[in-house]
Amino acid sequence: MEWAVFTTIALPAITAVMLMVIPSHRRDLIRYTATLSGFALFIISLLIFAKYQFAGGGPAFEMQLGWLENVAFLGEKGITYHLAVDGIAAPMVLLTGIVIFAGSLVSWSIDHRNKDYFILLFLLVSGVFGVFVSLDLFFFFFFYELAVLPMYLLIAVWGSSSDFGTFIRTKEYGAMKLTLVLVGASTLVFIGILATFFESGLGSFDLQILGSVAYDENFQKIVYPLFMFGFGVLAGLFPFHTWSPDGHVAAPTGVSMLHAGVLMKLGAFGILRIGMTLFPEGAAFWSPVLMTLGVSGALYGAISALSQRDLKYMIGYSSISHMGYVMMGLATMTAIGVNGAVLQMFAHGVMTALMFAMVGALYQQAHIRDMTAFGGLAKKMPRQTAFFVIAGLSSLGLPGLAGFIAEFHIFVGTFHTFPWAGALGILAAAITATYILRMLAMAFFGPFNQKWEALKEMGPTDMAAGAILVIFLAFMGMWPMPFVDRISSTVANLPGITS
Amino acid sequence: MNLDWSLLTPEYILAGWAGMLVLVSLFWRGFRKDWLPYLAAVGALTATLTSLVWINFDTNFAGIIEINNYTAFFRIFFGLIALFVILASARFVKDKLSHPGEYYALILLATLGANSMAAATELLTAYISLELLSFSLYVLTSFAKFDARSNEGGLKYMLLGAFSSAIFLFGISLIYGVTNTTQYSGISQVMAGDISSIDTALFLGLAMILSGLAFKVAAVPFHMWTPDAYEGAPFPVTAFISAISKAAGFALFLKLFSQAFLPIVDDWRLFIAALATITMVLGNLVAIQQKNIKRLFAYSSIGQVGFLMVGMASLSVANTDAASAILLHLVGYVISTLAAFVVAIIYFNLTGKEKISDYNGLAERAPFLALVMSIALFSLAGMPLFAGFATKFILFQTAANEGLIWLAAIAVVMSFISLYYYLVVIRHMYLGKATESTRLSVSWIEYVMVGSLAVGVLFVGIYPQPLFNAVEASTQFLYTASHAVSVVAGNRW
Repeated sequence: MEWAVFTTIALPAITAVMLMVIPSHRRDLIRYTATLSGFALFIISLLIFAKYQFAGGGPAFEMQLGWLENVAFLGEKGITYHLAVDGIAAPMVLLTGIVIFAGSLVSWSIDHRNKDYFILLFLLVSGVFGVFVSLDLFFFFFFYELAVLPMYLLIAVWGSSSDFGTFIRTKEYGAMKLTLVLVGASTLVFIGILATFFESGLGSFDLQILGSVAYDENFQKIVYPLFMFGFGVLAGLFPFHTWSPDGHVAAPTGVSMLHAGVLMKLGAFGILRIGMTLFPEGAAFWSPVLMTLGVSGALYGAISALSQRDLKYMIGYSSISHMGYVMMGLATMTAIGVNGAVLQMFAHGVMTALMFAMVGALYQQAHIRDMTAFGGLAKKMPRQTAFFVIAGLSSLGLPGLAGFIAEFHIFVGTFHTFPWAGALGILAAAITATYILRMLAMAFFGPFNQKWEALKEMGPTDMAAGAILVIFLAFMGMWPMPFVDRISSTVANLPGITS
Repeated sequence: MNLDWSLLTPEYILAGWAGMLVLVSLFWRGFRKDWLPYLAAVGALTATLTSLVWINFDTNFAGIIEINNYTAFFRIFFGLIALFVILASARFVKDKLSHPGEYYALILLATLGANSMAAATELLTAYISLELLSFSLYVLTSFAKFDARSNEGGLKYMLLGAFSSAIFLFGISLIYGVTNTTQYSGISQVMAGDISSIDTALFLGLAMILSGLAFKVAAVPFHMWTPDAYEGAPFPVTAFISAISKAAGFALFLKLFSQAFLPIVDDWRLFIAALATITMVLGNLVAIQQKNIKRLFAYSSIGQVGFLMVGMASLSVANTDAASAILLHLVGYVISTLAAFVVAIIYFNLTGKEKISDYNGLAERAPFLALVMSIALFSLAGMPLFAGFATKFILFQTAANEGLIWLAAIAVVMSFISLYYYLVVIRHMYLGKATESTRLSVSWIEYVMVGSLAVGVLFVGIYPQPLFNAVEASTQFLYTASHAVSVVAGNRW
């Protein structure tokens, strides 16, 4: 199965190269190639998830190739291409597989230079898989930056600007803001890596080797925030989240799905994999701060979403709110809370991808996203409405759907450690219910607005993409054990996590 | 005294070829002028290939030039730079400049000077080599005779350059005065001993040599000539300056400071660290405001020099890590910058435009050129897959390992700031609307050049081990040569 882990990185890269060779006027061939590759990645990630033996929770399917060794300060195993999957990475790999398949399906509607679009999209996906499966700090960072690199062009070329009447948020603005904020935040991570390597003094970037060191407590307290804030910005950590709504709204549908669905998870994953694993004492010291920022994000995101009229902005702010829950889960430092955080990462990834896909399908026909301009769309597009309702209900934590399982874990963990935060979190969940129901009532139900007589049901590719996402939302909501087993077996072994 | 004249064969080839080019263009009337670049390219290639013979040697010529892997590394490196610049010049020189024979001859002579800078083991030889390189570059900068900008740039470069050479020479005389030798190894022996009675003159000399070198590599505050010389010089000459004068400057800088002055590293470390800081900060911040692509590259190269100076500040008596990291980043920087320049030269040849806003719509008109330009710029910004990521990572880690984590942190932040102005160029290429929509016709030789540089950028970025091995093999000699260095326990910054 080692091949499968390797393939998750190699296949998107190969797809990108293959797409370069295809002449750009063969638009359908490009679409089929991309979708086929997305499907293959979906199957492979499903296989990795299913085959992962969770007993013990250790890394599985390990493979290690030398990359840069025995030169300068690098000793044996200096920088290695070290890949493996554990119980936290397995659901993330599955999530990436699902979202890229769905994303390549909804990207069928892209006509303008779709070759370049898919090349960049698959380059990005290669980076995303790379982060989830890397066990080497150098490559972790390598893939982390690789995942951000294509973003600028993807948003600036294929995105859309938002007109607010008095001013316009251009797609160039959103793209530049997103890229600069994310790369800027990653400088903190970079500095943290430099310090960690120096402090360990082992001549290796391998995470298992670095993890075997007991770092000085003061060092941990200084270095952990570098990772917490550096990665946290990509996870939409309040108050460094403002790039996220602007970026997500400006991005084309497929990219919004990947970015909100998967890329933001890289940030939370980084905090968990690097920050909390290497520096448990630092994490414990900073956990009240992370909890405060997490709760603030959850509340602030929810309140902001309540006042949005643009559907995409609403989803963008709801992402910040939901990623706030993830931060809360991580900050509890308890097994159940961290479990919940990882579950929420998966649940939110699928749910938000579904929402973006459905808004994208609507925008493609209506060319506006103002929810107050619609009304009673359920009459014209019943299936699309159904998908939207499912995503919304998962978002507000309806039992039976994925969001409930995740939030339940997080709140239990929070009430054990920071009861005040748990109470505020519940409040945020209540606001979530308000804005979701308000949006559904405004746009999809109520009296039909005759202006939208010409709207049709979404196309087959969008439908297929939506269906896959809905299946996984329901699957996790009704039978969470495959997820919980894998995640909890690994989380239980993390240093500094209380049961 | 070893007088094995054959050791200098690559240099003879360069000098002889340069003379031959002048003679051919002067006296052989029937020789087609547009074949001259290819003749010159054969010369550069021959010198490069001949240099391969002296890999894994450890010998010297009369104690003033040493031939070892460090020399071999730079001979090959400079030879390849000259080769690419010559090929990239062909169309430009044919269209816009007169006297092609002298032009190519000067490039080969500059390469000869650069080779000797890397090979010298003695201050006066180093000085003469440096002057050979500089004079060739002064003439090349003002080569566009009837272009006022070129004359202005050349004059500025020459006046300031002559001034800095004088300071450099004064520094040498002070060092000679107190150490009684101009040999690197002799100087390091004196410095390793008790220097408390002579330190004022010694440090003054050191400071003067440092300022002279800082001028040549364009470190702030000795960088004032750079933007004007870059903007005024004929386009391929700008590429040549940004590649070879930096590379050769650092070859000399590194050798001098890791051999002659290493014993008192703790005394100069902070000065170089301070220079590195202001160079990085100023170069990268001023680059943001540039409108002309050549001035952008001028300031971005100043920023890159700042990163290389971070490596210089990390030199240590204990190991060669910093030296290796500098060479590695130097190679990454030169390949990336040449790739960017070759694209810019091709674009300039076709359109005569050099403003950043003129790059609007390049992605539509010449997708491959735009792609390579993006690769080169992302590499300079230190993004993964490309050379800059791996080389910067190693360089900054070296600084952190020497305890200079604050300097590494500034470097990381400045590297991030550089991403912005590179992205602006990319934005123009991919998002700007072209004023014309015709496809640009790029010749096959230009495709090969641009393509091979792009492959180089990707290769160093994806699999740097072979390059790193070569770098390590050459930097080993820096330290074995200064045998007499006894480690002086000093305070660490």
